[in-house]
Amino acid sequence: MKIIVTVKQVPDTSGKVAVNPDGTLDRASMQTIINPDDMNAVEAALKLKDELGCKVVAFTMGPPPAEGMLRELMAMGVDEGVLVSAREFGGSDTYATSQIIAAAIDTYGVDDDDIILAGRQAIDGDTAQVGPQIAEKLHLPQVTYAGEIKKEGNTLTVKRMLEDGYMTIKVGTPCMITCIKELNTPRYLSVGGAFEAYSKPLSVMDYNALKDHPLIDATTIGLKGSPTNIFKSFTPPQKGVGLMLEGADKGTTDKLAGILASKHII
Amino acid sequence: MDFHLTKEQLLVRKMYREFAENEVKPLAAEIDEEERFPMETVEKMAKLGMMGIYFPKEYGGAGGDVLSYAMCVEELAKVCGTTAVIVSAHTSLCCAPIFEHGTEEQKKKYLPDLCSGRKIGAFGLTEPNAGTDASGQQTTAVLEGDHYVLNGSKCFITNGNVADTFVVFAMTDKSKGNHGITAFIVEKDFPGFSQGKHEKKMGIRGSSTCDLIFEDCIVPKENLLGQEGKGFKIAMQTLDGGRIGIASQALGLGEGAIDEVVKYTQERVQFHKRLSQFQNTQFQIADMHTRMQASQFLVYSAAMKKQNHEPYSMDAAMAKLYAAESASDVTRRAVQLFGGYGYTREYPVERMMRDAKITEIYEGTSEVQRMVIASHLGVK
Repeated sequence: MKIIVTVKQVPDTSGKVAVNPDGTLDRASMQTIINPDDMNAVEAALKLKDELGCKVVAFTMGPPPAEGMLRELMAMGVDEGVLVSAREFGGSDTYATSQIIAAAIDTYGVDDDDIILAGRQAIDGDTAQVGPQIAEKLHLPQVTYAGEIKKEGNTLTVKRMLEDGYMTIKVGTPCMITCIKELNTPRYLSVGGAFEAYSKPLSVMDYNALKDHPLIDATTIGLKGSPTNIFKSFTPPQKGVGLMLEGADKGTTDKLAGILASKHII
Repeated sequence: MDFHLTKEQLLVRKMYREFAENEVKPLAAEIDEEERFPMETVEKMAKLGMMGIYFPKEYGGAGGDVLSYAMCVEELAKVCGTTAVIVSAHTSLCCAPIFEHGTEEQKKKYLPDLCSGRKIGAFGLTEPNAGTDASGQQTTAVLEGDHYVLNGSKCFITNGNVADTFVVFAMTDKSKGNHGITAFIVEKDFPGFSQGKHEKKMGIRGSSTCDLIFEDCIVPKENLLGQEGKGFKIAMQTLDGGRIGIASQALGLGEGAIDEVVKYTQERVQFHKRLSQFQNTQFQIADMHTRMQASQFLVYSAAMKKQNHEPYSMDAAMAKLYAAESASDVTRRAVQLFGGYGYTREYPVERMMRDAKITEIYEGTSEVQRMVIASHLGVK
């Protein structure tokens, strides 16, 4: 049994967001972080590893410096890293990206008792599409928005956190689960982990390594293989903070009910 | 001297920074105010390997290096002087002498618990009448069959009330002076051992400081550390290493104060200008930063020499002397730049100023560091 986690290096949006004249993100001038939801997926994988002693492999697609992110994850406890990196893959949208990552995971090999974890969505594109698309392309069942994961044998019980409630689903392995921040609190990397990180195995899958896979051809990868193109990027106007009511007494709840009634919500 | 940090050091420093910011900073004012030892933080640090950074994995350490340890103390001290000294005293003053002078049995017995943070370590050298003049030890140890009997007391012991394992010094042969001092590993549960009351201090108020009392305390013979009569040498060598820790603490305190000043002076407006726009502010901050940068070079240089098994006694003394005096100067200036607000407990700079003062005193006063440096230069 192993757990594959897909992760992405994203621009740190807590700093300044830089946009190129063509509307795309100016990634080179921005600091990078590990996508926050992906950290929850990594933590979920490491918790299962703590419990079951299985191997955890992190996959990412990105330029060579993304190795730094994989090493950081190894310092947290991830056992192995796979960097999917080639010029041919650049400019991929979610369709092309999932095509490539699915091919990479398939090439690495998925066993019957394996689990693939992904973050719900990346903070740069906010699409939440890559995880589900990878599952589709690998013909695996998927459960999205996991806020709780329990494993018994080869069955996972996953609590999906939805806007209007939650849904509990049982799913057999191998499967894909996308994780949300409510799932856990990611651990810090450890001192010992940091000093081991650079001696753990890391492999690079380039175009040559994947080009013969059925999912890969020039029309399905990179900018040319991407059905979507960025038309414009902009910083949306800040939303107001909303109205805050403080208090735990009947007066406050009456006031809340009054406000909701006046807006015809109740 | 090459100050290029390794990939591992860069990785681990990132963690220290995040940990300090998220876990340590939010508690700093509270533990100072309440004079409370932050045991919850120690437990978190223990899980991350921060209680045994540069010791080999075979003894339960994290397998890191001395510079990574110095950077840990530095990053903690940027936000909390108390938390920094907990790690420093535990590592430099208890784990290190056991690792460097202990027998294989002693290392296997004590280091895994200490390095994993299951137990906290402390060091007992100072006595009411043996401070800077550490050779004036009045605590005695007498061999009786298979054990020594210790009598006397120690004071100002960092981590004293919370530690389980102590490296303690006592006189086994008064007639031999320094050569009559012997080191022992003492466990908190040994008969005749007790801890005194918590010392109320000006700074590092969350740190546990107390007396250790030995009343016919029974210490098994196998807990002798090193050889009989070699205790003074062990103490001095241990303090050489300890000075890297305290110099790192001073370094972090100064740097942390500068971080606060840079932020505050860009927000505070007087005479229709931000404080940062006044040349006095700019010059002050430039001087403060230069002093701390020079301190960092000295501290890192001493740490790397220790790591490389080069002589580092003078380097550690210079690092501690300069970083400690710089930290006191920089934190005092930080309070001044904050003005009235800096004097209140609403902002952290007054705490940093109080915390910085001790770095000029403990583990060898600044005057002792000058004595060490001069003697290395042959000036006697």
